[in-house]
Amino acid sequence: MQVRLSAFVRKEMLHILRDPRTLLVVLVIPVVLILLFGFTVSTDVNNISVAVCAPVRSDAVRESVDRLSFSPLFKCTGYIDRAEIDRTLRTGKASAVVVFDDDYTNSGLFQILVDGADVNTARTAQAYLQSVLSGETSRQSLFEVNQVYNPQLRSSYNFVPGIMGMIFLLICAMMTSISIVKEKETGTMEVLLVSPVKPVYIIISKMLPYLLLSSLNLVTILLLARYVLDVPLSGGVWSIVGFSVLYLLLALALGLLVSNIAGSQIVALLISAMVMIMPVIFFSGLLFPTYNMPWALRWISYVVPARWYIDAMRKLMIQGVAFRGVLLEFGILLGETLLLLAAATKKFNDRLE
Amino acid sequence: MDKVIEVHNLTKRFGSFAAVDAISFSVDKGEIFGFLGANGAGKTTAMRMLCGLSYPSEGSGRVAGFDVMTEGERIKRRIGYMSQRFSLYEDLTVFENMQLFGGIYGMDDSRIKRRSAELLERVRFSGHRDDIVGSLPLGWKQKLAFLVATMHDPEIVFLDEPTGGVDPITRRQFWMMIREASSAGTTMFVTTHYMDEAEYCDRVSIMVDGRIKALDSPEALKRAYGAASMNEVFVKLCR
Repeated sequence: MQVRLSAFVRKEMLHILRDPRTLLVVLVIPVVLILLFGFTVSTDVNNISVAVCAPVRSDAVRESVDRLSFSPLFKCTGYIDRAEIDRTLRTGKASAVVVFDDDYTNSGLFQILVDGADVNTARTAQAYLQSVLSGETSRQSLFEVNQVYNPQLRSSYNFVPGIMGMIFLLICAMMTSISIVKEKETGTMEVLLVSPVKPVYIIISKMLPYLLLSSLNLVTILLLARYVLDVPLSGGVWSIVGFSVLYLLLALALGLLVSNIAGSQIVALLISAMVMIMPVIFFSGLLFPTYNMPWALRWISYVVPARWYIDAMRKLMIQGVAFRGVLLEFGILLGETLLLLAAATKKFNDRLE
Repeated sequence: MDKVIEVHNLTKRFGSFAAVDAISFSVDKGEIFGFLGANGAGKTTAMRMLCGLSYPSEGSGRVAGFDVMTEGERIKRRIGYMSQRFSLYEDLTVFENMQLFGGIYGMDDSRIKRRSAELLERVRFSGHRDDIVGSLPLGWKQKLAFLVATMHDPEIVFLDEPTGGVDPITRRQFWMMIREASSAGTTMFVTTHYMDEAEYCDRVSIMVDGRIKALDSPEALKRAYGAASMNEVFVKLCR
């Protein structure tokens, strides 16, 4: 007598299909998040209002100002006097002021004043202004700034890998943990445990459908990233997919572990939120760079899988590193996956007792 | 008579507390064995040991010819189990539930089809084969859970308070189903705390604080304790 795994997998599929609302959420949320982060919540800065202060309006000055006003990044609000600079910034009439040297034609010197109240915009505005003004025609500029990998400083390049790191963890880990805990709550787990089903069957049948679902998500995300957000995916699609599948497995293993610890769906959700979302936001380098954290926090970040995944995705998608360039990250995630799987199955067996 | 369950000094300790304290009994093939006791008397713990869900701390036992200590997996293949809580999948249809549990016990599709049609016909429920279980009334759910527990023709069916929260008429029907299965040779091991249901059993054991205080047929017990009903027997024993 042989237990049929297919019967189990079919049952899990049915659970998912019978709950179209959850299915929809699982399939739509990644799309929404990607588009939200890609467009709305972008740190890209367009239409920066710039005032110009140029006591001597030489041809060179005019030429530079023209270049500013033609750029979609800036909106020139007009010429102002030196005395007005402070007031213009204070009242918010312009968020940056460019002051040209009296002898700009020869010296090429200019000064940029930015409204530092909004650090992000200020920093970007400064970088943009610098690059436009000391751009291609400036013979005298002392140094050249060159943004490699992401010359337009698009924030979607930054966010797409981050969102992927978060979404897969959420879908795989949260959904599997909830679906196992649910069976404990309703009492069906007891019946499964009395039956001759091996725990590993239960685990596989819980993992498979969610692995499939999140692979579907992976495909949509990559398509959106490539064709809507113009993220290059320059390291090769297969390395990205291969690396991501490992990450999916890790997330599934994490979900299994959570389901063993949690006694109810609420607890599973809470643990998922605490264990998965918070560390991803703070320690993965998604929003805050990890290298200038205090050492204790930096050590925590070394354990957070999303950190390695996001790092690797940035390398693979944007820097165009080949797979061998992310072997360290791959190794670490592989190790963590095996560790989590071992811990989860062990705990699961203990439950059978 | 064949003994399908034999237990000697079976004990389960949680720390220093003995939830089941050295119980010994045996059950014959085809018998309806009532396993009675107050809440917390240790019924469920004892039953879990018999089902291979939990290891005994001491003592020995054989279920369907296999050792509860070492051959739990073999026991699991030969028994059916219906838990205290309703335990079918509410979001699946009647047939899909049967399909799943048939598959768990290694039945192939054609056998599952035949067997489920036969079972549903027996309780005149064939028209509801493709209904979502969650939409059915509780009484029917319980009956279905019983049918599913017997899908694979187990030697012994363990029923843990199968009639909790069910109306008297459905309870009657439920016991008819149990009788029918037992006359077909399946052993029924039933826990309950409805004492009127004890009258349906061939033999009953009454557990108090982890020990079996009485074990005999309902008639013999009533005679021995000079009681008119099993209810009185129970009250006298537990006092």
